[in-house]
Amino acid sequence: MTTGAGVEDLLRRLAPRVLGALVRRFGNFETAEDAMQEALLAAATRWPVDGTPVDPRGWLITVASRRMADQLRSEGARRRREEEAASRTPPDDLLAPAADAGGPRDRDDTLTLLTLCCHPALTPASQIALTLRAVGGLSTAQIARAFLVPEATMAQRVSRAKQRVRAAGARFRPPPEHERGDRLRAVLHVLYLIFTEGHTATSGPDLHRGELTAEAIRLARAVHRRLPGDGEVAGLLALMLLTDARRPARTGPDGALVPLAEQDRGRWHRESVDEGVALVARALDRTPLGPYQLQAAIAAVHAEAARAEDTDWPQILALYGLLERLAPNPMVTLNHAVAVAMVRGPRAGLDLLVPLGSDDRMSGHHRLHAVRAHLLEMAGDHRGALGSYRTAARLTTSIPEQRYLRSRARRLPGGVLRPPPDGRT
Amino acid sequence: MKYMLLIYGNPENWGHPMFLNVPESLALPAAERAGMTARFEELIKEITESGELVGAEPLADPLNTRTVRVRGGVAATTDGPFVEAKEQLAGYFVVDCESPGRAAEIAARLPDARFAAVEVRPVMGPSGQEM
Repeated sequence: MTTGAGVEDLLRRLAPRVLGALVRRFGNFETAEDAMQEALLAAATRWPVDGTPVDPRGWLITVASRRMADQLRSEGARRRREEEAASRTPPDDLLAPAADAGGPRDRDDTLTLLTLCCHPALTPASQIALTLRAVGGLSTAQIARAFLVPEATMAQRVSRAKQRVRAAGARFRPPPEHERGDRLRAVLHVLYLIFTEGHTATSGPDLHRGELTAEAIRLARAVHRRLPGDGEVAGLLALMLLTDARRPARTGPDGALVPLAEQDRGRWHRESVDEGVALVARALDRTPLGPYQLQAAIAAVHAEAARAEDTDWPQILALYGLLERLAPNPMVTLNHAVAVAMVRGPRAGLDLLVPLGSDDRMSGHHRLHAVRAHLLEMAGDHRGALGSYRTAARLTTSIPEQRYLRSRARRLPGGVLRPPPDGRT
Repeated sequence: MKYMLLIYGNPENWGHPMFLNVPESLALPAAERAGMTARFEELIKEITESGELVGAEPLADPLNTRTVRVRGGVAATTDGPFVEAKEQLAGYFVVDCESPGRAAEIAARLPDARFAAVEVRPVMGPSGQEM
């Protein structure tokens, strides 16, 4: 008998393939997605008791098809179907095999589904919700818990996403050749957002959020398996693995953030580091350079230093230089300034921050003040550092970041706040 | 990113929605008042369907407020608000949206922004980045 966790993994792997088969048969993405969720739920309750069927995918498709048939038979559904018929995709389009598909028995719809869920007509919040449900096989309740919103709010995002997909006339087939690059970039961005949401969660009561990193990595792996020659897909997967490898060391027992330089590197997840380093090295070697590869390469340089002081900063500086040319944005400039400071000294880094102070996107951003504080501290300007740490702490909307910034301020001379002298508290 | 939109209003003529009960609003022509209500309902529908609305509550008249203070381990309860001000908190919305600009846009479309003011305040979260 398969265990509950084993069943869940199996179901989540099968979800996109079941959904693909349903959409192909019935041509209705919205109803098919609901039917697939119901079939997953039925399997999750029955398989651990009855045993996993010989053909799990066939079982799911049969159960979901029955639900869909019921749905479509009902009066309201029939009316909707008739309305849709006018704008309906010609049957040939639905039946034509995907360009990257294998045999008809085991057609792989994962990429097609991902591009559909990350359709440009959707907001990022809706792209994330639909991707996790339709491709990830997660329930709305699970997604809502992970994103710390009520289930009703998340249900709205899913249903809005489906409406938009339909209104945009999106079809269940691979996008035309000239759109594929952009559509794949959108998919990678959504996977990156899902990863970040999980990764930035601190330990403790946020376990559900942590699962998002695993889900993002699982989906990135799925894309990589299907597009092994795409350097940015490999780069993103490597970036996720290398970042996630630090998870055991990035928070203290009390949930406090531990900066990279102070992490216990012995607690980094070696296997993920090795896999990430190998992936990015291979991609850099064989494919055109891209921002995910560069970020992964930077993470790999950090990962390969046994101690923080062994970090190859000149190498990191060179990589940030490339990244700034390839994908310039103020956050990259900020990190570039840190690398400059580590190679040429804190004053050189601080000089690079000056233009950011007059950039509207950055002047009120806590990260600018946090970096300035670190560099001022490095330069021995403790008074200036104290002021910048306190500004950064006031600006951040993250509780663990605020705690960290306040703790940095307290280490400096004059940094400990005392109660007022008249004894008020 | 979650934001709390805090709606302030004059307690003189408390009632929800505030924008139909404040004295300045009562002086407006009926058609204009109906227009405000329609636009407000449209906004609620929009942010519900987009999955941005997380929660909202109207608050009772400040007359019903009790303020609790503990001094020297002893709790003292007084009637009335902590801060005596012309405008009091009347209710709130919590929205989860893409940008601070979008939160401000929603706030500006709350009819109450026309009479007193709506404050837009980011909600702090448990996520944090390594520094």
